[in-house]
Amino acid sequence: MVATIETEQTVKELGAQKYKYGFVTDIDMEKAPKGLNEDIIRFISAKKNEPEWMLEWRLKAYSRWLDMTSPDWAKLNIDPIDYQDAYYYAAPKSKDDGPKSLDEVDPELLRTYEKLGIPLKEQEMLAGVAVDAVFDSVSVATTYKKKLEEQGIIFCSISEAMRNHPELVRKYMGTVVPQGDNFFAALNSAVFTDGSFVYVPKGVRCPMELSTYFRINTADTGQFERTLIIADEGSYVSYLEGCTAPQRDENQLHAAVVELIALDNAEIKYSTVQNWYPGDENGVGGIYNFVTKRAACRGKNSKVSWTQVETGSAITWKYPSCILQGDNSVGEFYSVAITNNHQQADTGTKMIHLGKNTRSTIISKGISAGQADNTYRGLVSIMPKAEGARNFTQCDSLLIGDKCGAHTVPYIESKNPTARIEHEATTAKISEDQLFYCKQRGLGDEDAVGLIVNGFCKEVMKELPMEFSVEAQKLIGISLEGSVG
Amino acid sequence: MPLIEIKNLHARIEDDGKEILKGIDLTIEPGEVHAIMGPNGSGKSTLSYVLSGRDGYEITEGSVMFDGVDLLEMEPDERSRAGLFLAFQYPVEIPGVTNSTFLREAVNARRKGQGEKEVDALQFVKMMREKTKKLGMSDEMLKRAVNFGFSGGEKKRNEILQMAVLEPKFAILDETDSGLDIDALKIVSDGVNSLRDPSRSMLVITHYQRLLNYIVPDKVHVMADGKIQRTGGKELAEELEASGYADYQEDAA
Ligand SMILES: Nc1ncnc2c1ncn2[C@@H]1O[C@H](COP(=O)(O)OP(=O)(O)OP(=O)(O)O)[C@@H](O)[C@H]1O
Ligand SMILES: [Mg+2]
Repeated sequence: MVATIETEQTVKELGAQKYKYGFVTDIDMEKAPKGLNEDIIRFISAKKNEPEWMLEWRLKAYSRWLDMTSPDWAKLNIDPIDYQDAYYYAAPKSKDDGPKSLDEVDPELLRTYEKLGIPLKEQEMLAGVAVDAVFDSVSVATTYKKKLEEQGIIFCSISEAMRNHPELVRKYMGTVVPQGDNFFAALNSAVFTDGSFVYVPKGVRCPMELSTYFRINTADTGQFERTLIIADEGSYVSYLEGCTAPQRDENQLHAAVVELIALDNAEIKYSTVQNWYPGDENGVGGIYNFVTKRAACRGKNSKVSWTQVETGSAITWKYPSCILQGDNSVGEFYSVAITNNHQQADTGTKMIHLGKNTRSTIISKGISAGQADNTYRGLVSIMPKAEGARNFTQCDSLLIGDKCGAHTVPYIESKNPTARIEHEATTAKISEDQLFYCKQRGLGDEDAVGLIVNGFCKEVMKELPMEFSVEAQKLIGISLEGSVG
Repeated sequence: MPLIEIKNLHARIEDDGKEILKGIDLTIEPGEVHAIMGPNGSGKSTLSYVLSGRDGYEITEGSVMFDGVDLLEMEPDERSRAGLFLAFQYPVEIPGVTNSTFLREAVNARRKGQGEKEVDALQFVKMMREKTKKLGMSDEMLKRAVNFGFSGGEKKRNEILQMAVLEPKFAILDETDSGLDIDALKIVSDGVNSLRDPSRSMLVITHYQRLLNYIVPDKVHVMADGKIQRTGGKELAEELEASGYADYQEDAA
């Protein structure tokens, strides 16, 4: 019976902790009424028990947003979105509302979990089944948290950070992605409900990938997430966003903001596997994913590396960028974007070279199948003071079938004659010969495509942390299901 | 029961309707090694593709039984998992996929088909090292991307390595000897010979009698103009070496 007692204890501890950290506040109303106005923003801020300055910050963002229009420069076909016909606040789902067992979960979703080789307990957790297994995992998370605290690493929800570390939040939030940066960033700034906060103190090397915890922490990620990561001088952190298991979120619109700040000699590695619901094979449904991700390499010799594997969402609009301010700072962008059926992705990066001897590397792999459209859009900008700056860009596109499209839109601006910029681009089709060769060795259609595409993406996949890469590899195969044969 | 029994097989190119195989009859018993020789363009590779199920060909007549089942009804990957292996005349490059990953996938596809567990990664590496060593090949080859940047000879050797790992019931070797130097030819034929087995059959397509000194066939067939024109023993290959294909091509015309 030891297990039972332990579980009970964990539950108790959790109860206490939830209260302590305010993850669940006393909310009588589950949802704010539909629509967006100042009152709604006040409501959100009040529900989250936010300090006054935060409310003011949100209201300012809102007034900026009112004057802005949705960007239309991307190669995306988007039906107009009615921002007044959406909910901007819903209380975190209680576990009691979730399915009681896996029998109640969408079988399609379970089939995919199975293919990914996700253990049963974890499947239950991901599907939000209210069972003991969930508590087991959360208690693991609690252990991690203790370990991090010992080193002075702060890893918590952004709401929590606002209350417990207001000086850090005020100092850094909005300094990389200002409130009025773009339409979606302004919207997020006004209504964001939660997200993650990380601070790694001077000289500390974060002893673990900040992932296992995250996976649990944001099983119910909101529509408007906001993440802020600060790596103080000489520190290192690797952060994994998202979960490789498919998420069936019903929210149409996602507008997240991620800000990274690396001070002198600090390094941040940020990896994402995005696989929100892409819609069905006829292009019905699916998430609109509009994300503003930006890193400031503020300190000298600092480094930020973005790695993303984007397989989900009906529409992806995303350009993780680096502002290379510190001398000798380094920015990297490794991306795999897969679109199948009617998915559309317009994604890429911006590397803004400000400091001397700043270096950037861009490796982008776009894969299109079905009737999908895939665009790489990138900017490499070398400012006048960026003496000796260097960039290397490689954009490869792979087409599966002949109804899909791949586009490469590289912008290059150089205002310093010492800069060296290299750009390579290729477009290839998956060949019948390769497919047949794989099949002759016994691989089915899907496995064959998965293998070939993984090979094509190898330079990016090898940048993913180990624990992520196996699932991510399988995910590539799954997301291309039905693209051949 | 023969391992493979081809009866009156006719096939044409789907695109232009041109008939390439014009009535092939060929029966191979378990454990036998048959050789096919014949002029360029006579349809040897086409036969190997049709047997392995490649797209682009239309079978208009005839039948192929493989180990008691209708081969032509099966998908290419099913044929492979059922034990048919083709060593390609022109092996295909797959950038970014290491040989060892590729082979592990192939082994796992077989295991999955039989409801077995996937092979343990560490165990697999060990097994691969043994195989390469036995074949006198360097295991550095395992880390390289499938055929990518391989020399012609390395590609051919790689086909034999794959065959050794997959242990097929029936292997078609399409000009595996072409482009090999003397040492490589020896490695390849030793590899093939070490896989000779009373339950395994092979169909060796070649232009050179020399290969058949190393891999001694039970039967030799002459193929010209989409048909088996003559069948004989090992000595037929020697005869061809001396006289060429002129007789058969006239026959066909
Ligand atoms: N996909 C195709 N489209 C058009 N013609 C084809 C196609 N495949 C094969 N052929 C033709 O079919 C004939 C037989 O070709 P095949 O490759 O089978 O010959 P082979 O006996 O293997 O020749 P070699 O000894 O040169 O390898 C040739 O005339 C070839 O041009
Ligand atoms: Mg040939």
